Amino acid sequence: MSVRRIFARPARFAAIAPYVWMVLFFLVPFGFVLKISLSQTAIAQPPYEPVFDLTAGWTAIRAAFAALGIDNFRLIASDDLYVFAYLRSLTVAATATALLLLIGYPIAYGMARLPKRWQAVAMVLVIVPFWTSFLIRIYAWINILQHDGLLNRVLLALHLVSRPVVWLSTDTAMYIGIVYSYLPFMILPLYATLAKMEPALEEAASDLGAPPWQVFWLVTFPLSLPGVGAGVLLCFIPIVGEFVIPDLLAGSNSLMIGQTLWLEFFTNKDWPVASSAAIVLLVVLLLPLLLYERLQRRQLEER
Amino acid sequence: MRKVSRLSRFNIASLAVGLAFLYLPILILVIYSFNASRLVTVWGGWSLRWYYEFFGDRAMIEASWMSLRVAVASATIATLIGTLAAVALSRGERFRGRTLFSGMLYAPLVMPEVITGLSLLLLFVALNAERGFWTVTIAHTTLTMCFVAVVVQSRLGSLDRSLEEAAMDLGCAPVRAFLSVTLPLIAPAIVAGWMLAFTLSLDDLVIASFTTGPGSATLPIRIYSEVRLGVKPEINAICTLVIALIAIVIVIASLASKLSSSQGESAAPL
Repeated sequence: MSVRRIFARPARFAAIAPYVWMVLFFLVPFGFVLKISLSQTAIAQPPYEPVFDLTAGWTAIRAAFAALGIDNFRLIASDDLYVFAYLRSLTVAATATALLLLIGYPIAYGMARLPKRWQAVAMVLVIVPFWTSFLIRIYAWINILQHDGLLNRVLLALHLVSRPVVWLSTDTAMYIGIVYSYLPFMILPLYATLAKMEPALEEAASDLGAPPWQVFWLVTFPLSLPGVGAGVLLCFIPIVGEFVIPDLLAGSNSLMIGQTLWLEFFTNKDWPVASSAAIVLLVVLLLPLLLYERLQRRQLEER
Repeated sequence: MRKVSRLSRFNIASLAVGLAFLYLPILILVIYSFNASRLVTVWGGWSLRWYYEFFGDRAMIEASWMSLRVAVASATIATLIGTLAAVALSRGERFRGRTLFSGMLYAPLVMPEVITGLSLLLLFVALNAERGFWTVTIAHTTLTMCFVAVVVQSRLGSLDRSLEEAAMDLGCAPVRAFLSVTLPLIAPAIVAGWMLAFTLSLDDLVIASFTTGPGSATLPIRIYSEVRLGVKPEINAICTLVIALIAIVIVIASLASKLSSSQGESAAPL
């Protein structure tokens, strides 16, 4: 349509400012991460070398390039600490995402079956915690899970345990924290696909004699797969790099990669190794990131 | 004839348990912030003691002020640029570099914060920029403008385009058609986008930790360093204040999206 095309031209100009911003503050910084991941640690300010100085002339720049090397990546590949951290991050993220799906699905399913009026209310109720501070929600759980916290006191009062259980600094606490924080991210895409589903399909299946579990397993679940995919990616990717939750709720004997990166950077002041860890993390997440990006684009643009 | 109800007992139970799980911890935190006892777990009667303590804590007040300034500044810039991005994506048809553009806008939504934070810090160090208010603001803008873009884009996508086209058929220039027809229609989504950007900025710990400099800690940074030392009743009070502030923001945002949904399909929150 020609009117559309006339409208599109100035709309394209609107891309300039955000384009420049994102190239400058999102894309270019990755170049610096890559460069510093190839540099050596130095006791200097900034704590790495070589430092590129564009005014120093061509030979100096060539020398600086020559000083770059992949030592940091060798270190990460050979050091068990890092290998375990990556493996642990992936396991934790996979387990937590599975838990989120198991817990989030029934809730989303319940929402989609509410009368229309109540669906909107339920949706707001699920979104509101997402708006409340992440840190505060983790902190709320520390209150509950600590040694003489509410959970232990309730368990003791009900005589379910004879002495307080250690909850904090365990993987259980970490999984509770992750599930609690990411639940809205799982519920919302699931709900979006489940709510759009034609109820007649389920009714037809049950009219033809399928028992409820078969209706769910053969009709409802396969049709909700796009929502499952979106929810899984929306949770899995950030959980792999999660820092705050394992730091505050899990024990310190096995670290996730976000924590090792943080330690290298803030405690050891080893910027090059921290950068290499970030690059490896990015490579690990590249495939899920690309999948997620495609899904998001299709969802927003192919209406 | 319609079926009476498709809602089973299992559906209701899972909803009830799910919502209780989401709200109980926050509720408990808020109640305990009014606890008179120093021991966080023993109930010593109602009191505002920890709120007085907070208002007497200079470092906390300074951090709160810093966080509020960053949140307002970054949300405002993010809303401006994010809205432009949404317009370009949903109305710009095809243009060169469009795939890269949308990729750069969607990636930060899920990108682990440690990566975004580290990469921005390295940029600021390379540029020799003084770290503090502006570096944190730029970092938060980069993250939150993507959320604004998604919220506004989903509203633009559900909008009836014949309205813009009618205005242009009647002789409006494109920019004018946008300003006088499209913009008022997407205004609620823009407001909601600002609010979301504001709360995200107020909440962020990781990116702010990387990009801030010595002496300019934000509230989450202060809270985090206190929480690492253990639970303190004063933190409960601060958290309750933050929750109250965010609650006000949510009420305004939901009023805005109510306006938006009365004009058509409601803007998706994410």
